[in-house]
Amino acid sequence: MPRPIQSIQRAAQVMHLLSGRARRLSLVELSAQMGLPKGTVFGILRTLQQVGFVEKDPDSAKYQLGAALLHLGSTYLDGNELRSRALNWADSLAARSNETVRIGTLHDGRVLVVHHVFRPDDSYQVLQVGSLLPLHATALGKALLAASPYVLSELDGEELTRFTARTITDVKQLTVALKEVKRRGWAADIGELVDGEGSVAAPITDRSERTVGSIAISGPIERLCESELPRSDLVAYVRESARAISRDLGAIPW
Amino acid sequence: MTGAYVASIDQGSASSRCMLFDRRGRLVSVAQKEHRQLFPRPGWVEQDAEEILGNVLQVVPDALEKAELKLADLVALGIANQRETTVVWDRDSGRPIYNAISWQDTRTDKIVNRLAAEGGKDRFRAKTGLPLTTYFSGPKIQWILDHVEGARDGAERGTVLFGTMDTWLIWKLTGRHVTDVTNASRTMLMDLRSLDWDDELLEAMKVPRAMLPEIHASSEPYGEAGAPLRGLPVAAALGDQQAALFGQTCFAAGEAKCTYGTGSFLLLNTGDRLVESTHGLLTTVGCRIAGEPPTYALEGSIAVTGALVQWLRDKLGLISSAAEIETLARTVEDSGGVYVVPAFSGLFAPHWRSDARGVIAGLTGYTTKGHLARAVLEATAWQTREVIDAMNSDAGTVLRVLKADGGMTADNLMMQLLADNLGVPVVRPIVAETVSLGAAYAAGLAVGFWPNVESLRANWHKAAEWLPRLDPETRERRFRKWKKAVARTLEWVDDDDE
Ligand SMILES: Nc1ncnc2c1ncn2[C@@H]1O[C@H](COP(=O)(O)OP(=O)(O)OP(=O)(O)O)[C@@H](O)[C@H]1O
Ligand SMILES: [Mg+2]
Repeated sequence: MPRPIQSIQRAAQVMHLLSGRARRLSLVELSAQMGLPKGTVFGILRTLQQVGFVEKDPDSAKYQLGAALLHLGSTYLDGNELRSRALNWADSLAARSNETVRIGTLHDGRVLVVHHVFRPDDSYQVLQVGSLLPLHATALGKALLAASPYVLSELDGEELTRFTARTITDVKQLTVALKEVKRRGWAADIGELVDGEGSVAAPITDRSERTVGSIAISGPIERLCESELPRSDLVAYVRESARAISRDLGAIPW
Repeated sequence: MTGAYVASIDQGSASSRCMLFDRRGRLVSVAQKEHRQLFPRPGWVEQDAEEILGNVLQVVPDALEKAELKLADLVALGIANQRETTVVWDRDSGRPIYNAISWQDTRTDKIVNRLAAEGGKDRFRAKTGLPLTTYFSGPKIQWILDHVEGARDGAERGTVLFGTMDTWLIWKLTGRHVTDVTNASRTMLMDLRSLDWDDELLEAMKVPRAMLPEIHASSEPYGEAGAPLRGLPVAAALGDQQAALFGQTCFAAGEAKCTYGTGSFLLLNTGDRLVESTHGLLTTVGCRIAGEPPTYALEGSIAVTGALVQWLRDKLGLISSAAEIETLARTVEDSGGVYVVPAFSGLFAPHWRSDARGVIAGLTGYTTKGHLARAVLEATAWQTREVIDAMNSDAGTVLRVLKADGGMTADNLMMQLLADNLGVPVVRPIVAETVSLGAAYAAGLAVGFWPNVESLRANWHKAAEWLPRLDPETRERRFRKWKKAVARTLEWVDDDDE
């Protein structure tokens, strides 16, 4: 394998630091954290500034990530677009699981519900599109968080709201749980938002494997779980639909 | 029978899709391929029938592969197709003698006007359920026979054949030259009562009987496909809108649906009753299951709905994908007094005015692209309102809930605007692709995969519902404005237009 290019490694390190909790760092802070002379770091910053990856805040003279980056690596996909492309598979998931289906995206530290399919029992139900859910207490949110260490790092030191006795309110505990989510490729919430209600979710990815949303079924725990764990057939349905949507997102848009 | 799935082909105006459904009507796999639209002149819209055939033969194996299934897992194939689009081909070479002429094509206006001059636009309505317009196949066949050398001779000898897309595909797949009653009812050549080609109509349209396919039931085993789908029973054919009516399980008189795609089509099942419209709707065959009498339907056809969204995307470049229109339209509270009437090739139901062309009315300096986007979505809602009003008058009923389906129903704002502008709840069923589902149902029934239509009703579920939120006064005020905008589209086309 060819040797890595040192200046690119260093530039990446700068960008990692700027994407951390502080968001804005001065030249002194950056060079201290990187253990490099100010002159070296300044050179890197100047180049990154030229290509738009880094901006200098004129008031504080601190550096922050540039707007060009947002367009590059962003996981942004229009929620309406996602719904349009996921419609058939969300329907199919509701029909197979006999449960409510929702699709969510990351929005300002919460889950924005962009699509909702009623539980197919023709009971009275109200469309929940547009509502916001907490990230840490829903399967939809955990599936999104597991793929967004950046957003997770924002939560560090924050009070996580308790909704039920089972809500994970400790960030460390949440971080551990998310590792497991990432490893197995799906997330669950068992009575963590509402007592007796649960959900199972899987991430939806685009063609470059970035997570752009998540899809979940939800319902009463006694239907969703078997001896306290999500039923494996339901987990399989959720994951299959997430995969099908992801595959279709790789296709040419309408 | 060992298979556990039914395949359906939705051969649409823009693309061909294959969908696989299981016994409970649940989608298992889908593959899709778009084909080219050819616009050789203003008002002309053509497609390449061989390209379409190639796509159809590709999407079936693609769909199988995606679901890791084999041909042997399928019990039957059903075909739903864009209606009226006309293919004329040479029997011996198997090749089209001209491009397929799309239903959207208006080149036959002179033929149609000539026919109308001799007895009015509605002279064939009693027999065919259709007004004389450029929409239907008969005049398109006449145009091809008059413009391709030797075509008329061949047609008279039966070596040049006609078919709508269903017929073309079934002929290529099974070797049989057949069509179904629903597709035949859109040619303007079939008598709705006898369900047979009619000599008076054939003579008026100058179409030789020898070139026409045999008319069959919609749900019936037509034959087995050869390679590459060897052995697969082809067991249903329906016009896409009739397939959607079937897929929405509107099996009984009084049940209705509206499908939102390139155009939008409201169909009401009228059972064994042939209802003649006095409000600009079409009378058409809903379906015929082999061995049973036909069911009839009333149809409100709207030519341009999703196509208007595509126009905003492709011709104006205001959005980069169809779904983005919702994002753009949500940047404003209402359409700011703007009305878009997309009479691109005249107005269809309930007006049937080929002299109309599109307008954007109510522009002011205040208008933004958000308003325009919203007015585009509202146009679909208002056009639906017009055909529903017509249907209520013709059928003497009142529609209390609108069952909507099709690709455009992914647009939540459009669905809300529908509920608002109609003043009734709008529901979407759990399968939005009812065209495909209907063709699958009809094919599965034909081979005994499902015992009867009643067993299919259990598969229908409400997937979402939108309730009206607009106060009736505002709604009616806006509808009045819409009608004024429609009035402004009329009499635009002149005889000496370039
Ligand atoms: N989210 C959306 N908002 C508005 N319009 C949409 C949206 N998604 C799709 N559309 C429109 O819906 C149409 C596609 O829907 P669909 O695939 O059901 O059409 P179709 O009529 O069946 O296609 P075909 O003409 O091939 O038969 C396109 O015209 C597209 O512009
Ligand atoms: Mg279609």
